[in-house]
Amino acid sequence: MRLVTIRINNTEYTVPEHYTILEAAREAKVNIPTLCHMDLGDLKAVNHVASCRVCMVEVEGRRNLAPSCATKVTDGMTIHTNTPRAVKARRTSVELLLSDHPADCLICEKNRSCDLQKLAADLGVRGNLKYKGAMSTYREDISSKSIHRNLDKCILCRRCETMCNEVQTVGILSAVDRGFETVVSPAFGMPMSETMCTFCGQCVAVCPTAALTEISSLRQVWEAINDPDKFVVVQTAPAVRVALGEEFDMEPGTIVTGKMASALRMMGFDRVFDTDFGADLTIIEEASEFIHRLQHGGRLPILTSCCPAWVKFFEHQFQDLLDIPSTCKSPHEMFGAIAKTYYAEKFNIDPKKMVVVSVMPCLAKKYESARPELTGEGFSNVDYVLTTRELGMMIRESGFNFADLEEGEFDNPLGESTGASVIFGATGGVIEAALRTAYEWLTGETLEQVEFHALRGLEGIREATVKIGDLDVKIGVAHGLGNARKLLEAIRRGEVNYHAIEIMACPGGCVGGGGQPYHHGDAEIIKKRTAAIYREDAGKPKRKSHENLQVMKLYKEFLGEFYGEKAHELLHTHYTAREKI
Amino acid sequence: MSTYRMHLLVCGGTGCQASDSRQLADNLQAQVLMAGMGKEVQVVTTGCFGFCEKGPIVKVLPDNIFYVEVKPADAEEIVSEHVLKGRPVNRLLYVEPGMKERIAEHREMPFYKKQLRIALRNCGFIDPEDINEYISVDGYQALGKVLTEMTPDALLVLMKKSGLRGRGGGGFPTGLKWEAAARNKSDKKYIICNADEGDPGAFMDRSILEGDPHSVLEAMAIAGYATGADCGYIYIRAEYPLAIHRLVIAIGQARQAGLLGENILGTGFSFDIEIKYGAGAFVCGEETALIHSIEGERGEPTNKPPFPAESGLWEKPTCVNNVETFANVPPIILNGPEWFSSIGSEKSKGTKVFALAGKVNNVGLVEVPMGIKLREIIFDIGGGIKDGKKFKSVQTGGPSGGCIPAEHLDTPIDYENLTRIGSMMGSGGMIVLDEDDCMVNVAKFYLEFTCDESCGKCTPCRVGNKRLHEILTRITEGKGTMKDLDNLKELGGIIKDTALCGLGQTSPNPVLSTMKYFWDEYVAHVVDKRCPAGVCTALLSYYVLPDNCIGCTACRRVCPVSCISGEVKKVHEIDQTKCIKCGACQKACKFGAIVRK
Repeated sequence: MRLVTIRINNTEYTVPEHYTILEAAREAKVNIPTLCHMDLGDLKAVNHVASCRVCMVEVEGRRNLAPSCATKVTDGMTIHTNTPRAVKARRTSVELLLSDHPADCLICEKNRSCDLQKLAADLGVRGNLKYKGAMSTYREDISSKSIHRNLDKCILCRRCETMCNEVQTVGILSAVDRGFETVVSPAFGMPMSETMCTFCGQCVAVCPTAALTEISSLRQVWEAINDPDKFVVVQTAPAVRVALGEEFDMEPGTIVTGKMASALRMMGFDRVFDTDFGADLTIIEEASEFIHRLQHGGRLPILTSCCPAWVKFFEHQFQDLLDIPSTCKSPHEMFGAIAKTYYAEKFNIDPKKMVVVSVMPCLAKKYESARPELTGEGFSNVDYVLTTRELGMMIRESGFNFADLEEGEFDNPLGESTGASVIFGATGGVIEAALRTAYEWLTGETLEQVEFHALRGLEGIREATVKIGDLDVKIGVAHGLGNARKLLEAIRRGEVNYHAIEIMACPGGCVGGGGQPYHHGDAEIIKKRTAAIYREDAGKPKRKSHENLQVMKLYKEFLGEFYGEKAHELLHTHYTAREKI
Repeated sequence: MSTYRMHLLVCGGTGCQASDSRQLADNLQAQVLMAGMGKEVQVVTTGCFGFCEKGPIVKVLPDNIFYVEVKPADAEEIVSEHVLKGRPVNRLLYVEPGMKERIAEHREMPFYKKQLRIALRNCGFIDPEDINEYISVDGYQALGKVLTEMTPDALLVLMKKSGLRGRGGGGFPTGLKWEAAARNKSDKKYIICNADEGDPGAFMDRSILEGDPHSVLEAMAIAGYATGADCGYIYIRAEYPLAIHRLVIAIGQARQAGLLGENILGTGFSFDIEIKYGAGAFVCGEETALIHSIEGERGEPTNKPPFPAESGLWEKPTCVNNVETFANVPPIILNGPEWFSSIGSEKSKGTKVFALAGKVNNVGLVEVPMGIKLREIIFDIGGGIKDGKKFKSVQTGGPSGGCIPAEHLDTPIDYENLTRIGSMMGSGGMIVLDEDDCMVNVAKFYLEFTCDESCGKCTPCRVGNKRLHEILTRITEGKGTMKDLDNLKELGGIIKDTALCGLGQTSPNPVLSTMKYFWDEYVAHVVDKRCPAGVCTALLSYYVLPDNCIGCTACRRVCPVSCISGEVKKVHEIDQTKCIKCGACQKACKFGAIVRK
């Protein structure tokens, strides 16, 4: 690595020559404000369009100002980050953006978590704007169940495009039109619901303003809770408990399972359950399906099907491979099906009066819960899906002091879980959990070392070979749909062979989901959540799904055989080839 | 061409074709055949002669007689009088405005006298659809020379020595650009010809491609040899069908002749060219945007560096040159770099083609040595201002250029000087403005163009230019304040300083240059609520001069909003609150009784 010497604000620094001015400045602890810039480090998502022109700095010998995010350092470069000229230019860029941005911060979805709002405040933009004029107005897109597009608030940072096109390779969002009319849109201005959008929500996760947010179900959930006729059951996904604390300014990676359970109960949910129960159940079914395919010459590899964005992705993009994903429903859908049958029956509750609310780190789960095959006769498996962010909002609305809440417990019987279900929240976790069970079932031996470290980490595509008895089981893991596409295309071309593959649409897995508290471009937050997931697993007395006694009891009392007829009816689904537009 | 005793060259450029030159050529051909002269006289459809004001043009060789504004019906007389009897058709000869005599030879015409044609050397001289005609004027000799006699390094030295600079706007030394692409190692490199000509009024690239397509193909192959590229693209806007048609023919003929494709002239050097159509986005003339457009991406500029020479088309070293730049290359190689650098000014060598337009008598394409004065172009070549009006300003460099006032008419034109006086060379648009043009309105017009053509990527260009345009609109409507003028200046400066690409960085030029040179006009709009040139309708009023009004009611009858009152034989009056300033009353009045002020 070659080093170069540069001067920033009259201090000399030696930095690698591939650095941008911004990278060098950050290392030197010199703050240059940015807006469109985004670099998610190990998650390999970089937005380098340099479109906002906020990070402009003065470089000696250069005619005009330089965007620090997109300008590489050169030896002897002399940079000034805070001259009146640079500061004025920066401020003007922000003022220009504000001149075409609704000033409704107080009632905006992103109030207090908006990058533009923070930047304007930091730069001291107050009172009247110097430049005023026409404002862009577009029709809001609320066509889907997941993503709310309000382009009046779009500042064309193009981060969403980077996520959609480069990282996820879904290719829905792109800038169209020119000049002041430029707007980020699906082709032909189609509503999101009619596109190939997977609703992974990574566009929402990185949007600096409220141009892209979730379609909220918050009001409907409050109404259900307040309706005395309704029996409202809530379940929370594993990735929620390691991120919810961030909504209350807690350190990322703080595990708040107990406080969350207390808060949910205090808000008035009739039962507070755990999606982890559904995850353990998923492992029983998926491991059974895997072993069945292995022993009966079924098609391999088996692909996990927990991630609804991934499911929609392959329905559009890999129609020829529709028979390889597992037919298992996702954990929260399994949970909903069991809650409205087994649990309702057992406790004599009218399933039509039961409302199942899922708290998820995900936006695609909102879309998934409305899929026709998952909305059964007379009732849906899951009625409403809330994001981690929406739950944070409900807790704040309730006026609880979250940090001071007591450590509560989930209700039983649908509250029991093992460490295997917790790791569903991180990339590689589902397949690791499945291996823990499949290993013991196939070999009849006890698995002592339950952690499969080769399957962990943030490498986009990972693989490992696990010896189960005489068999070398080849496992693949991909997170991020772009990586998933690479893996699937290699399988389609016959270049690689696996027995089982886990795919999660979001970089990092569910911890990096589109419904999580905003990370504001800091990938360390996602790493800390991941670490918390594995910590939670390590602290669990039981770490294999088949050790979940309540799940076993469910089979004994209600479902019968693993992967049997009743299980098929309630816990499995099918896929539909979708148009590739 | 030697087997014929006489040639009738008919302009087949887009402009003359629009005035029926195709029919004219057909008629001439028919008349020649009818006269039994088919073997002696050849009718040739050529590219543009440049003197578009007076098209369609017919030139007779070897007599060198130049006919202007020729109609298809004139074919008979040209053949029967000139071709058969040797008597030039006097009525079709050119008359210089203000002069009486007709001029027969084009060399004698003021429009051509001061021109020096290098890039346009073959336009209006050869049939662009016949490779043999190009070869007969030394075509492809330069390519032959470099492939057989020169190393790529020697070629780079020659190009640098010539001093040729990019003719598309930037003015970057062509030799250095080629050298940068040559130095970057890669398994694949590309040469791109930028034919996405988009400046309003500029059409030199189109004319070269229509009139002399092979010169560009030859130069691209030479550039390929210099840089180590074997693949070329011509990025041309789809609105240039004739140029595309002739390029397709030329590429086909060049391949057939072994001058493009594998193993050119048996030297082992291979180079081929493909045409890519642009959809007419102005910003795609910016090289990184152009490259993205070829790649199938949205035509948006990206940050430089990396420059295309390092990472261009499909991330390979790429050399992008404009059409006119390429057209200069073969003569440089054949005549030597010293010849070329002896023409022009100290830092700007050779010639430049300008598209002369606006309020000037001789509209057309002119090629002049660098260093010539604006005055010579506008008053000698251009024949001065139309209708004897007063010169006010000349706008150069396309929409991103600036407006140059009379005080700089004697500035020698080159890259540095134009930039110094607040404008730029651009691709060579030159629009002459007279006393009837409002400079605030002109600035607004250009800004409207950049607002429309901005790709919308960076904030200063997308929003900043919109705000500039809004301020200018306010000023032309009489709603501007002195604070607006401050803001125009400040915002214009910041846009120049922060925009992402060349388009944005230069877009405030029309505003800033007019503010610099025509400040009083801005102040008149803002303070006096008056448009001195009488253009901004919101600031105008129509009044009846009581002394001149005889009460004929003609004005009252044509007024579309019935705001004129008055009885027959009594003085009329205009209700200013209702008047929409359409000017119909003034036109209807035969007694000069209605004035605009």
